[in-house]
Amino acid sequence: MRSDARAPLGLTIGAILGLAFLHLPILLIFLYAFTTEDRSYQFPPPGLTTKWFAVAWNRADIWPPLYLSLRVAAISSAVALVLGTLCAAAMARAKFFGRDTVSLLVVLPIALPGIITGMSLRSAFAIGDIPFSTFTIVLGHATFCIVIVYNNAVARFRRLGASMLEASADLGANSFQTFWHVILPNLGSALLAGGMLAFALSFDEVIVTTFTAGQQSTLPIWMLNELVRPRQRPVTNVVAIVVFVATFLPILAAYYLTRGGEETAGGGK
Amino acid sequence: MNAAVEFQSVSRHYGPVRAVDAVDLVIEEGSFFAMLGPSGSGKTTCLRLISGFEKPTAGIVRIFGEDMGEVPPNRRHVNTVFQDYALFPHMSVRDNVAYGLMVAGVGRQARHARAEEMLALVKLDGFGDRKPAQLSGGQRQRVALARALVNEPRVLLLDEPLGALDLKLREAMQDELKSLQQRLGITFVFVTHDQGEALSMADRVAVFNEGRVAQVGTPAEIYERPATRFVADFVGSSNVLPPDLTAAVGGPRAWASLRPEAIAIAPAGRLGGVVTGARYLGAGTRLSVRAGALPASNGHRTDGGPTDAPRYLEQGESEIAVLVPAGVAVPEIGAEVGLDWEAAALHVMEGEA
Repeated sequence: MRSDARAPLGLTIGAILGLAFLHLPILLIFLYAFTTEDRSYQFPPPGLTTKWFAVAWNRADIWPPLYLSLRVAAISSAVALVLGTLCAAAMARAKFFGRDTVSLLVVLPIALPGIITGMSLRSAFAIGDIPFSTFTIVLGHATFCIVIVYNNAVARFRRLGASMLEASADLGANSFQTFWHVILPNLGSALLAGGMLAFALSFDEVIVTTFTAGQQSTLPIWMLNELVRPRQRPVTNVVAIVVFVATFLPILAAYYLTRGGEETAGGGK
Repeated sequence: MNAAVEFQSVSRHYGPVRAVDAVDLVIEEGSFFAMLGPSGSGKTTCLRLISGFEKPTAGIVRIFGEDMGEVPPNRRHVNTVFQDYALFPHMSVRDNVAYGLMVAGVGRQARHARAEEMLALVKLDGFGDRKPAQLSGGQRQRVALARALVNEPRVLLLDEPLGALDLKLREAMQDELKSLQQRLGITFVFVTHDQGEALSMADRVAVFNEGRVAQVGTPAEIYERPATRFVADFVGSSNVLPPDLTAAVGGPRAWASLRPEAIAIAPAGRLGGVVTGARYLGAGTRLSVRAGALPASNGHRTDGGPTDAPRYLEQGESEIAVLVPAGVAVPEIGAEVGLDWEAAALHVMEGEA
């Protein structure tokens, strides 16, 4: 029996078609960033130009949403990193009544439709009389960012195993030294990956943001508004490329980071 | 001799489960002490009571006379070689070994120099820059050993240290651990389920069963004079004779142990039986003999006429294991044989009611 036998032809074609369906539309977005036609998306584009990059660069209304998005993504992933790690540490090391329930409650926000998270946060802010601001957007994003960090950290904690922590204590380390010299270095890549995924998720989030942003626009919301206006359409595509890069690179990095972590930790056994 | 470790009626119960139950134990300073028992017998829990990762629910654990009641693991002058080694995967071998010195605040140069000494001690010179993942199982084991010894513990605990190694490596490490212990003079306490390992390495052995110590003694005492049926059976699979059978073969009416290697196949003997199985072991053959037939009058059996039928024991039949050394003719399965042994080989177990 040879294991490297070819897959059946039908399956190969199916896989190619599926991947094409997933990724060709993204290529179209890139293509329209270079079109000379600025009112409608006609195919094929009548001509190609790079002028929209310059136009986008000079549009004053793009910069505030970009800054806001970067700021929100950075702060909410930072908040998620601290809270998610602490939460994972508590879940991994302690056994207490209702532990599984708490674990489920932590993970729930990512399973909950964004529209429900958004609505509930909005009504909570109204009840608490909290005015919409960057802070409220960060709160909204932190709900799902924590889950990402938590999931990454909890998996790594599980692999870390109790005996390594015991070995550290056995050799004379106090809890702080064990955390600093053993837990953190082993958690490092998982946290970095979790943080980057959280950043990417936050950067392109639309639904929860619409409920918690008030008058401010993040970059994805700005794009949504821009699409309904027939003015300098390719500029939106240029911004789309920026969003794509800003979210794709961290996810790619996170993918490689966690994969590498598995190899080193798995090699110990 | 001083007691390095002392258990004074120590118990560790988990709810209704008595992992360790009223154990009294003295481990002398400078000795190589083995805790032997099947899994779940409480030996590992006892080790963890010494290292401090378990706390007794009753009783006192003393290390060099000091009550360890409230002393956390990181404050005890004992170090552990963990069963899975528990090396830190992100650190080099050198940093692993130097870890105990680092957390104690020893400077980089001094601790690295000391780590190199320890690596030389376990014959791993030049491996300092590698990562644990780049080492073989045996090498990792040595790193774990060097790491545990770097703090100069007064007691070294080893939790099934050789369990993960293959047979040849295990035997080499047994010799090495033994000579290392003799050179350093540190008290070694090691946990194992392998009776051969315990007998060949330890000065003294405690045999554990169901959370209690069944017997403590030198390997020879444990092997030759087991106190209980459990010890006789677990340490070297001895034949355990019930009181009736012991009495029938000329002993008192009490439980007795009879080593397979002490029994010889003889045309006429103290006991007769039928060979029911044979297992070739290389150095010998282990026979199963279904005992039951006692040879006629005073062990001398005349020709097998119908009137001269063997006398069968009343308490029924029991399997006796016999080790036939290599070079001696092995009777066939189904053959009727007589079994004989020196009178002194029959060990009556006073500890067994």
